[in-house]
Amino acid sequence: MGETFPQLLLERARELGEHTALREKDYGIWQSVTWDEYLQHVRDFSLGLISLGLTPEDTVAIIGDNRPEWIYAELAAQVAGAKSIGIYQDGVVSEIVYIITHARVKFIVVEDQEQVDKILEMWDDIDGVEKVIYYDPKGLRNYTEPFLMFFPEVEKLGQEYGEAHPGLFEELVARGRADDVAVLSTTSGTTGQPKLAMITHRNLISMGRHLLEVDPLETDDRFVSFLPLAWIGEQMMSFACSLQQGFALHFPEEPETALANIREIAPQSMFSPPRIWEDLVSQVMVKMEDSTWLKRAVYQWAMDVGYRMADVRFRKEEPDFALRLQYWLADWTVFQTIKDHLGLRHIKRAYTGGAALGPDVFRFFHALGVNLKQIYGQTEASGISVLHRDGDIKFQTVGTPVPGTEIRIADSGEILLKSEAVFKGYFSNHEATEEALVDGWLRSGDAGYFDEDGHLIVIDRAKDVMTLHDGTKFSPQFIENKLKFSPYVQEAVVFGGDWPYVTAMINIDMENTGKWAENNQLAYTTYTDLAQKPEVYDLVRDHVLSANEDLPEAARIRRFLLLHKELDADDAELTRTRKVRRRFVAQRYDHIISALYSQNDAIDVETTISYQDGRTANIKTQLKIETLNGG
Amino acid sequence: MARGFKHVLNSSDLQPGDLQLEAEGVSLAFGGVQALADVSLDVRQSEIRAIIGPNGAGKTSFLNCVSGLYHPQHGRIRYFNGDEHEVTSLRPHQIARLGIARSFQNIELFKHMTVLDNLMLGRHVHLKANVFTGGLFWGRAQREEVAHRHFIEDVIDLLEIEAIRKQPVGTLSYGLQKRVELGRALALQPSLLVLDEPMAGMNMEEKEDIARFILDINEEHGVTIIIIEHDMGVVMDISDRIAVLDFGSKIADGTPGEIQRDEAVIRAYLGSVAREG
Repeated sequence: MGETFPQLLLERARELGEHTALREKDYGIWQSVTWDEYLQHVRDFSLGLISLGLTPEDTVAIIGDNRPEWIYAELAAQVAGAKSIGIYQDGVVSEIVYIITHARVKFIVVEDQEQVDKILEMWDDIDGVEKVIYYDPKGLRNYTEPFLMFFPEVEKLGQEYGEAHPGLFEELVARGRADDVAVLSTTSGTTGQPKLAMITHRNLISMGRHLLEVDPLETDDRFVSFLPLAWIGEQMMSFACSLQQGFALHFPEEPETALANIREIAPQSMFSPPRIWEDLVSQVMVKMEDSTWLKRAVYQWAMDVGYRMADVRFRKEEPDFALRLQYWLADWTVFQTIKDHLGLRHIKRAYTGGAALGPDVFRFFHALGVNLKQIYGQTEASGISVLHRDGDIKFQTVGTPVPGTEIRIADSGEILLKSEAVFKGYFSNHEATEEALVDGWLRSGDAGYFDEDGHLIVIDRAKDVMTLHDGTKFSPQFIENKLKFSPYVQEAVVFGGDWPYVTAMINIDMENTGKWAENNQLAYTTYTDLAQKPEVYDLVRDHVLSANEDLPEAARIRRFLLLHKELDADDAELTRTRKVRRRFVAQRYDHIISALYSQNDAIDVETTISYQDGRTANIKTQLKIETLNGG
Repeated sequence: MARGFKHVLNSSDLQPGDLQLEAEGVSLAFGGVQALADVSLDVRQSEIRAIIGPNGAGKTSFLNCVSGLYHPQHGRIRYFNGDEHEVTSLRPHQIARLGIARSFQNIELFKHMTVLDNLMLGRHVHLKANVFTGGLFWGRAQREEVAHRHFIEDVIDLLEIEAIRKQPVGTLSYGLQKRVELGRALALQPSLLVLDEPMAGMNMEEKEDIARFILDINEEHGVTIIIIEHDMGVVMDISDRIAVLDFGSKIADGTPGEIQRDEAVIRAYLGSVAREG
């Protein structure tokens, strides 16, 4: 059993040679790469990098959409004993410069002209980078910078180097050790600049092995790799699990076609952050609203049956015959079709992780018969430490620890973890490492506890848990997820910790709300304009009121407003994995929050928004504040 | 996985800089209205040639003469691709067969057909199957269809319209429809691409996109482009040479720098502003 990724690749290629390892949609057709070809590319590219001077101390940065070359580049770096670092391609220049300089990057592998232009722009600030290697030559014909190279050129160098040094590749692969750093993974860092977690081969492989122990996959199962490969969750599935199990990875044609491509592939396993699941629910709800009354009626009936079935299963009871019969009918008439449209028809297990998913979304998918499970973990623990077991799903919990993971709750209420998958430390950041690792225990920074069945309940980020005016501790995220279940709510930020009551700032979902406005003959111009329509306020108020019904008295939302702009990662309001950076938002919208707790029913705002290309613009407007009676 | 383009979208066999199209003394009148008066201009291989001028200056009329929709009463237009062709009195489909493709000011697509079908239609001049072989589809017709689809995929890749490949054109935004229209013209595998206001009615972002695509087509594939456009910023940025028409006559011709300094051009533009004001 190989102890590094390249060793695993060698094993799989020997075993599965001619079988498909990777598929990418290109020319409108799914094009296959076999395990043999996969290995060949990794071999050529790694030797090519070595001939260009890659040493084990170096780092290879990779920026781009999910493509086979992305995978080759990471493994190639690891063959040489070096490490790779994936960088989110929508990152702003200053962030990328920070990562490249701090990770001591020597080679950057990028997708296309867009990224090359970005790198050229920052070239003077990124000392130490020797070559920039691109794999999509479109538009790059007339670029003459001497440090630019085309991916196949490097592979060709590698072939020549391989001929001159026979056996070198195998020797290098054999030399790899489990405790070598495999990747540097940027942590989303809800404060300040990202930290670079050093993840070893042992970390990733042990975590993948334990996950496969709990939830086995078959070699001919399909997985769609569509979330950023820089994210630990995608590293886990696309490298750690695929290299051990040998299932094929599928790469969408373009990021915009991902959902359509998922439908074509109909994967057996899928891992996404909550946002994707929330989007899928919205998609179904909006489509149903556009549908005919007959279809809506059938859908309502089926969902009703589905929810009843899901609840029975959640209670671990046996459904009676009548319910089973009804469910069979609902499945046959409605659910199969919906699942087919979402690409979930063959799904064995679906995971959500990265943040908490609202219970309503959970129930929705289980009603459809999609085995959606919560995962809990962090970059520093290589992705997964806790997850739901099949047939043992409680949506208020994140499940039970995977084999080999120990969990302890500190006196402060913080969750501590210990396992083979816990990382080595932060790259050249000793202080942060000491803070995160105490006697081999990883401090998660989350508050939580175990329930009577041994399920872990994560309350929230420890620092985010709020104490309500009646003294109870409450998770703002829980309330936010309730709000986000509405297809018209994109994002919500709830406040209430140090205040007499709970309030919320809400982002409407432009697409769905826009569609609703169109159907209701409501004219609007921009996002800001739409968000401030009284009709939209009414629409959202109904959803807030129904969310309030499920909440304890003290946690109910008393006042809310609809924000004039979407929270955006480019404005540092969200992390790159689209989690709200609560403290930053609280600071930035300080005046709005004070208004929420004042007597006023409107507030003037002026904000600067920054566009993708770095330009900025000012928005001046007035936001209405809605007060809900009876709380 | 092979990256990049598998086909060259340019079908011209000239060397960059060779004379490709030459109009000599072209005059066109509708009754008493003189749309074009003795216009002479040339287009060279692999350049972006802009034609600008105030409204009603005769820009579109000139393009219509080039693509055979109008036939000038005087003068002649010659086109060089392999041989010398006199196109002055040719019909539009004959001109299309010579490799001159154009997009229109107003969108001229089949709204109920998908993007893919609209683009495949652009391959029509290259289709050799007839009613009978096409009706049977097997064999040659099928192979031909596959080959054309391959070509179309390069166009789709270039214009980044993968996500809308199978959507009916009528459901797309205006900006995307214009992009598909550009794709339809490219599907012809032109030797000369004639674009009539490809950016009309677009917002800043859409304009930037189209400008980038036009540059890609020109730089990456070497396709010669004649473009009419009102956005002076874009025209000055992307064109190699600009001809200025005013009331049917050519008043200036040169590089963007020369045109910006040209007295007659300034007068024509400022003059027209003064008249309108």
